[in-house]
Order: sequence, then C-alpha cells, then structure tokens
Amino acid sequence: MRAAVVTFPGSNCDRDLAVAFEAAGFEVHRVWHRDTSLPDGLDVIGLPGGFSFGDYLRCGAIAANAPICREVKAFAERGGHVLGICNGFQVLLETGLLPGALMRNANLHFVCKPVGLRVENNQSPYTSGYDAGAEITIPIAHHDGNYQADAETIARLDGDGRVAFRYIDNPNGSASDIAGIFSANRRVLGMMPHPERAIDPMHGGTDGLAMFTALTEMLADA
Amino acid sequence: MKAKVTVMLKTGVLDPQGEAVKSALGSLGFQGVDAVRQGKVIELDLAETDAAAAEIAVKEMCEKLLANTVIESYSIEIA
Repeated sequence: MRAAVVTFPGSNCDRDLAVAFEAAGFEVHRVWHRDTSLPDGLDVIGLPGGFSFGDYLRCGAIAANAPICREVKAFAERGGHVLGICNGFQVLLETGLLPGALMRNANLHFVCKPVGLRVENNQSPYTSGYDAGAEITIPIAHHDGNYQADAETIARLDGDGRVAFRYIDNPNGSASDIAGIFSANRRVLGMMPHPERAIDPMHGGTDGLAMFTALTEMLADA
Repeated sequence: MKAKVTVMLKTGVLDPQGEAVKSALGSLGFQGVDAVRQGKVIELDLAETDAAAAEIAVKEMCEKLLANTVIESYSIEIA
C-alpha cells in the first residue's frame, strides 16, 4: 500500500499524517507542492493540515493552484483516493473536488480541543472501521471550519449519504453540523477534525486510527 | 492599466467578522450602524492597455482565484 503526503509551505500536520499512514501499514512518499508528478502506484494521497501559503487570500486557495494539485485533481478524477484534513479539506473545496466552502468560525474563535463526532455513514473506505452512528472523539484545531453550502447542496449531500461525520456539539457554526464530506464515489474525504492526532494512546485517544486501518484493509481487498 | 477588484461575501451569507465589527462600533458609542459587511480589495497593475480586454482577463482571474464564487461576489473597476 502506497500513500503520498503533500507538503505546502505552511503545512504543519504533514509529518503527523505520514506517521498515521505508516502506523496503518502504508509506505509513505512525501511530495512537495512544486512537484509536477506523483509517485507511481499510489493508493491514496493525503493533504495535511496547516496554514498553506499563510492562509493568504482564502484558506487553501493558493495551495489548490499549486502544480502538484493539478496531479492530485487528475488522480481523484481517475477514481483515486484522496484524504484532506483541516487545511487539506479547505484545499479540496478550493479545487472543486468537493462542494461548498469553509468560512470563519461563527464565534470568530480559533477552536482547539477534542470534539465528539458521529459517524454518519460507515459505507466508505475511510469509515468502514466504525459502527454506523458511532460516536468518536477527534481533535479539531481551526479558525475557518464553518462549512457552508447552499440548501440544495446540503440536501444532496445528505440524500446521497455523503456526510461522513457530524459534530455532536457544533463548535464552529457549520451548516447541518457537518464535520466531513465525501465525493460522490466516496473516495475523496474532506474533514476538519484531525484523525491523525488520535492514533496513539499518548495522544489521549485512538479513535482516529480505525480510519487509517480501514483504508488499508479496503485498498488491500480492492 | 489598473484594476481594482472588490470581493464581498454574497448577500445572505452570514459575515461573522462584519458582525464583530458592528458590535465593536456599538460598544464605542457609534449609534445607528444597522449592518456591517467586511470584504477585501485587490489592486492589480496590468500591462494590458485595452480596457475591455483587461476586464475580460480580470474576470477570469476572479473566477479562477481571486474570489470563491460559492460564497463570494466580486466587482471590477478598470482605470
């Protein structure tokens, strides 16, 4: 199993994400934002958290136009698996691989704490390790995690089972308590919470590990 | 030519920063501020000398990068 983790200037969770993929048995390749090609034989690409390009213009907007993101987009469009966490989720929205936008938290605070999430759909390569409706604890750390989309998009995401996770106690004003969403084929997942920060008992919880191990198992069976 | 792009959150999209500014103005004693919306202004110096061509180019820049049209609207002034 091969994973790539992209590093942009200002990424700060790239190493943590690589460690999480490795813990689940992936061979991890680190990729730089200026690279114009991806390693061969990739199974999944991770877009990490952080503050790519200093959050200039809009969070994720400049990163989404970095040379490597053309390749990431093409990879996803060919049916590849892409996981975007926090700033990586913002990048996925800016590339158009996922619908909607992330705005400044409604309470204007940078919120950094473990939060409760409900697994809304466990029929995906990322969530099959959880029971449907399971409540898990995963840390968040963001200023711009207030997910918004028009009512029609929200209804479509709901109707098509594309809401992956919902906040149990909404920390940022997100529409419909949305914490993470899938692409139509459920191979692209964008989420604000950081599962890579909950894979080792030293983190204070290990609820994130099942996401990476489920992905390994699903890809191995594919 | 110079272009000035104004990017604002679309009408109807809650602007938490604008709300915070409104509340701060109120606490400073400024009365009668009914609404505050915060946006951004981007100034561009362009090599293009034809206003119509410049406007077309800047519109494309807005669609591709300068604005996120899911939540933002933009206006362009060419001078």
